[in-house]
Amino acid sequence: MGTIIETNNLRAYYITKAYGVERTVKAVDDITLRIQEGEVYGIAGESGCGKSTLLRILLGAYQPPLTVVGGEVIYHLDGEEMNAADMSEEQQRDLKWRTISYIPQGSMHVLNPVRRIRDTFHDFISAHRDVTKKESFQLTAEYLRDLGLPEKVMASYPHQLSGGMRQRVTIALATILWPKLIFADEPTTALDVVVQRGVIQMLKDVQQKEGSTLVLITHDIGVHANLADRIGILYAGKLVEESDTKTILENPRHPYTRFLIESLPSLDSREERLAIPGRPPALDRPPSGCRFHERCPLAKDVCKTIEPELIEIEPKHFTACHVVEEELNVAV
Amino acid sequence: MLTTIRDLFRFSPSFRFGSLILMVVAAFVLLSAFSPYEEDRLRRKVKRNQPPSADFVFGTTSQGQDVFWSLTFAIRNTLIISGIAVFIGRGIGVSLGMISGYLGGIFDRAAQSIVESVIVVPRLPLLILIGSILRGSLTMFTLGILIGILDWAYPSKRYRAQVLSLRERDFTHTAVFSGMPSFKIVLREHLPFIIPFLLADVISGFLFSIGIEVTLSYLGLANLDSPTIGTMIYWGNYYQSIPAGRPWVMVVPMVTAILMVLGFYLMSVGLGEYLDPRKRLVRLTAHASDEADEDDPRKEKEDAWAP
Amino acid sequence: MGETKAHPMNLLRTYILPRILQWALVIFVGISATFLIPRLSPINPVDEMIGRMTAFASIDPHAVVSMRESATALFGLEGTLLEQYGRFWARLFTGDLGVSFGNFPRPVSDIIAAGLPWTIGLLSVAILISWVSGVFLGALAGYFHDRRWAQFLERFVVVVYPIPYLIIAFVLIFVFAWWLKWFPLVGGSRGQPGLTWDYISTLLYFGFLPALSLVIGSTAFRFIMAKSLTTTEIASDYVQYAELAAVPKRKIILFYVARNTMLPQVTDLALSLGALFEGALITEVLFAYPGLGFVLYNAIYNADYNIIMGITLLSIAGIATASLIIDLLYPIFDPRVRLR
Repeated sequence: MGTIIETNNLRAYYITKAYGVERTVKAVDDITLRIQEGEVYGIAGESGCGKSTLLRILLGAYQPPLTVVGGEVIYHLDGEEMNAADMSEEQQRDLKWRTISYIPQGSMHVLNPVRRIRDTFHDFISAHRDVTKKESFQLTAEYLRDLGLPEKVMASYPHQLSGGMRQRVTIALATILWPKLIFADEPTTALDVVVQRGVIQMLKDVQQKEGSTLVLITHDIGVHANLADRIGILYAGKLVEESDTKTILENPRHPYTRFLIESLPSLDSREERLAIPGRPPALDRPPSGCRFHERCPLAKDVCKTIEPELIEIEPKHFTACHVVEEELNVAV
Repeated sequence: MLTTIRDLFRFSPSFRFGSLILMVVAAFVLLSAFSPYEEDRLRRKVKRNQPPSADFVFGTTSQGQDVFWSLTFAIRNTLIISGIAVFIGRGIGVSLGMISGYLGGIFDRAAQSIVESVIVVPRLPLLILIGSILRGSLTMFTLGILIGILDWAYPSKRYRAQVLSLRERDFTHTAVFSGMPSFKIVLREHLPFIIPFLLADVISGFLFSIGIEVTLSYLGLANLDSPTIGTMIYWGNYYQSIPAGRPWVMVVPMVTAILMVLGFYLMSVGLGEYLDPRKRLVRLTAHASDEADEDDPRKEKEDAWAP
Repeated sequence: MGETKAHPMNLLRTYILPRILQWALVIFVGISATFLIPRLSPINPVDEMIGRMTAFASIDPHAVVSMRESATALFGLEGTLLEQYGRFWARLFTGDLGVSFGNFPRPVSDIIAAGLPWTIGLLSVAILISWVSGVFLGALAGYFHDRRWAQFLERFVVVVYPIPYLIIAFVLIFVFAWWLKWFPLVGGSRGQPGLTWDYISTLLYFGFLPALSLVIGSTAFRFIMAKSLTTTEIASDYVQYAELAAVPKRKIILFYVARNTMLPQVTDLALSLGALFEGALITEVLFAYPGLGFVLYNAIYNADYNIIMGITLLSIAGIATASLIIDLLYPIFDPRVRLR
């Protein structure tokens, strides 16, 4: 089991210019990731921390104003090492769906409202495989049956399906060609809790059936706890902590991660959930030093000026925090 | 307001080009005040059927009019007619649309059904019917009123839509919850949005009015004695100026008409782009950096999970 | 979950019935306006008309009396306003539009019937061509918005769009009929009507410029709308998703973009029929094309109010009905309306 996708010091900014005013939003700033083959890697963080942007870059699905200004994305697929920046449009297209796929946010609008579900499946399948309409209908019917979806959705239009059913159909649509690497962006958001559970189970099934790699992006730590093997915590365009799920949940070190975990509703008491003070910073003018210092109860002077580096505080547990680093130095 | 116009002039090519055309048009209107001929005594003042020359920049007509000076009056008169029409049409449209949008309920539904009906009814035959009944007594002023009375349905529908969308915006709810009286909400929170929209709409309103003026005059239904773009074309056609080899008589007013509508249209395009809510937000964020714009990753504000 | 059953009765109640009511309202409003307007004017149209007619030519006194009767009756100027209004409708229901004053005593309905097929033919060909090409060119130009040709096309359309029909038609006449002499100055056809190539070719030859003048303006209008709809459409989740999945561009443009942007344009076509009809009237006047526009033009010259009135009434009813038909066909294109 090796690395399937990695980023090295990736920086991606939104550079916009409107009516003479230029603006740069540093949505992804210096992120280094190694995602292993067959694992479920969770990326967590508040809205606006750059997780969706990171996903777009990983997928290779971005246009200006989003621009990669530094670093690189490397895929390790089919025994080859490919730098995303060097790939032709043709190669990118070849990879999509057969090897790399994407499950979008659980929203109403991912399926063409005036096309029957089976026709949409045919569009997506025939874009990558030489099949007749009949063959792709058959393939779709079999796959839907495997995943436990009723066959009659095939002839339906999206508006005739419930939100949960639409999301399951979307997952099926994303995975029908058995991709090795699946990205999922907030796949359960906007669904109610009962439906969420079904969708999570389905994601698990799909991932385990072929041992695919799943990169799961959601703000919902509960979903990560359910699915992810490892979790990376993103704050204001930076990776601030990364470890296996158990460690993150039980022994979070970065103050931001602690807030995230503590704000989860616990099973036995519903009364108190801790909110993080303040709002995430605007990424066109990120705070100096540690980007979390304005909201951090432990912040010291050094946090305001010097950016903390991501260090391995224990085996396979990385965090970027001056306070943690100092504690560690004291302990040693 | 001034900075808006400056921004538009600087960054919107269509607005810049459109307003330049209209400035030339406005210069012609001003020139009409310095005409060596009286407006009502233009005829038979100069040698007939002269091609363009140093003496007669755009030549002369078969009635002995200097085309250049006729044109200055014609542009002015066409703009007066259209201005009256736009004023009346938008007046009715704005009031009905806003009342309809704010009142809602049965009034709104009844008004909307009528507006929808009026939109479908073809206006030209009605105008021709009225024009031919009033023929001879139709002045510039009454023609303007007439066009205006028939051009309010589409605008009122758009104003109503604007009001409805404003009512659903966050700041309206905030203002309502904070107990601000309705008329204050309308004046303080909504008018700043409606007024630029009105401006764009007024500018584009000239398109229809100019077109109809030209058409009705060409059909001989307007007051043919006062020079307008339409009556210039009418008389040019009446004296067969194209087959007779005097194209300037008709080409000049027609090119003018094209330039006028183009100027108005380009200005409204520029303004429309500026008013586009998506681009507007980009601008707001660029200034305040406190709002979310479309491509901003912070757009999913509503699912902020912190309680 | 799963498919919900569609109820045809639902469609009838929530979609079809309201439209039929709206149609009745349009006809009611339009025809009432046509009834009221002559009455609001300070001028007695009958006196005005008779005066005008006798000023131009000497007419048989019997004809004048009969004309006055006929005009007074159609304008219904005796009795109270309400009585007049009742009689007005009663006559319309029997299809009685009075007689022409210019071609006395030919019935107005006869004259209109002779011009109507020409207008319908010209208009429907122009609408079909301009709608389809506007929707697709707009979708292409919106999808490939950063290509050179798309930007050039858009600039061209922006210049053409605001120009009134009258002037477009004039320019075409000057250039193609006067200067290049490629096409005739007048419309219509030559030879014996029938389904022969000889006849149809003259129909096309004489109808080409009139149709073109209509098509240019209406395509420009449709194009601008289609392009702005496409700009929104390509940002939609399903188009972005299909692009991400590398679905071929041809399929995306056809089945994802154009298929969706076309829906609001069906509705808009119903609303813009009036403007298109007006364009056809003007075009017919300029090209002396034998449709309603030309009939109307002659009626204006002859002060033939009955014909002007008849054409006004007919165009209101005709356009309202045509837009009703388009509205009723809409569910065929939109499954969300058809199967709700």
